[in-house]
Amino acid sequence: MSQADRPSIRPGIRLQWEAVQNAYVLLYPEGMVKLNTSAAEILRRCDGMRSVDEIVADLESAFNRNGLQGEIEHFLQLARAQGWLSAAES
Amino acid sequence: MSAAVTTSPAIGPPLWLLLELTYRCPLQCVFCYNPIDFAKVEDELTTEEWIRVLREARALGSVQLGLSGGEPLMRDDVEAIADEAHRLGYYTNLITSGVGLTRERLSELKRVGLDHIQLSFQDSTREMNDFLSHTRTFELKKRCAEWIKERGYPMVVNCVIHRLNIDHLDTIIDMAVRMGADYLELANTQYYSWAHLNREHLLPSREQLQNAERTMLAWRERMKGKMKIFFVVPDYYEQRPKKCVNGWGTTLATIAPDGTAMPCHTARMLPGLSFPNVRERSMRDIWFDSDAFNRFRGWGWMKEPCASCEEREKDFGGCRCQAYLLAHDAAAADPVCSKSPHHRVVVSAVERAQETRVPEAPLVFRRPENSRSYS
Ligand code: SF4
Ligand code: SF4
Repeated sequence: MSQADRPSIRPGIRLQWEAVQNAYVLLYPEGMVKLNTSAAEILRRCDGMRSVDEIVADLESAFNRNGLQGEIEHFLQLARAQGWLSAAES
Repeated sequence: MSAAVTTSPAIGPPLWLLLELTYRCPLQCVFCYNPIDFAKVEDELTTEEWIRVLREARALGSVQLGLSGGEPLMRDDVEAIADEAHRLGYYTNLITSGVGLTRERLSELKRVGLDHIQLSFQDSTREMNDFLSHTRTFELKKRCAEWIKERGYPMVVNCVIHRLNIDHLDTIIDMAVRMGADYLELANTQYYSWAHLNREHLLPSREQLQNAERTMLAWRERMKGKMKIFFVVPDYYEQRPKKCVNGWGTTLATIAPDGTAMPCHTARMLPGLSFPNVRERSMRDIWFDSDAFNRFRGWGWMKEPCASCEEREKDFGGCRCQAYLLAHDAAAADPVCSKSPHHRVVVSAVERAQETRVPEAPLVFRRPENSRSYS
């Protein structure tokens, strides 16, 4: 995955807030995962519009922290391996 | 759920809701999971009643929704139900044999927001598919697969595996690949209901199973990243039971066509339990307070060897229906477990499966006449 990639959630998969679970969940054919806060915050920004760099910048400013790039890229790799993401060609 | 040992773990939400919209089905699968006496159930819930169930369950936290049957498409309100489900925020799965699907219905289902379709096959050739389902449906299913793809749905193919088709696994997987499946579920038959009746015909031999596993693993390697293959070995060949429905009353609520609410779709067979009906009680009341949903929650109901077993949190003592079918006691350990005093029932079924003779009893197809005469 290059920094210019604009990741988006794969069609057929849905990210959704569930009040009863007090968490974001990812819904896919016959399955569901409950996301922790950082996973949810990253995935919410995978809208096919933002590049990885922009997602990093966005999160760093939202959480007032620096040096998140490594962590975010690592998670995006995992998410891709799980089949949650499809990369939009930029 | 926390890992701490308590006698009554907190009751979580029914995250999965399975609506068996009807027991009507044009197919007659020999491994059908519907109750043997399905023909007795005629009084199906109305559209409005299903929609009320959807609302009540959603308020409790249900989010994964299965629409199944029978063949759900036998009802002409699947579109209306899926529509409401989408509005409520469910992720909706339609579980179908494809019979009753048309291009028009599929367009409408897509429009109202159905999320995914699981299409079932019985085998990879027309002859075997049509024999096992006792209908001419193979070509139709292939057409459905094309339409599903065309609509941009993820392609989820399911094939129930057993002694009569397990040797065709290679061509079954090949078929799924050629259909462009994203997910392939090779579900080894679970021996309840019709499959239990036909078990002598359906339980594969150890050699068949080992060959199948080898074939499956080779395909899995080859299709890495392109198609996910799920393969569950029949629990008769295991030493420990499966964690049935993730634990009784913890995750799943099933509603039968007549509104009977159950912690799993086969629970109806269990004696001494009266299952609540959504026509009489709210989903909240059913989920938290009904006797049936509380009966096998937690550990209090367990007998030995489960009660003092250190593995009880792993499998909850296995499946209550299997305990009843094989040990004649719904509160016993699932006899698949090698610690169960009834384990030899499973061992001897497995031993018989290694023989090559054809069973004497005929193969019983799931049709209304047989439903009446076997129940
Ligand atoms: S298993 Fe076969 S007969 Fe039973 S409901 Fe499904 S398609 Fe119909
Ligand atoms: S004895 Fe009961 S709890 Fe222990 S492993 Fe066997 S089935 Fe599970």
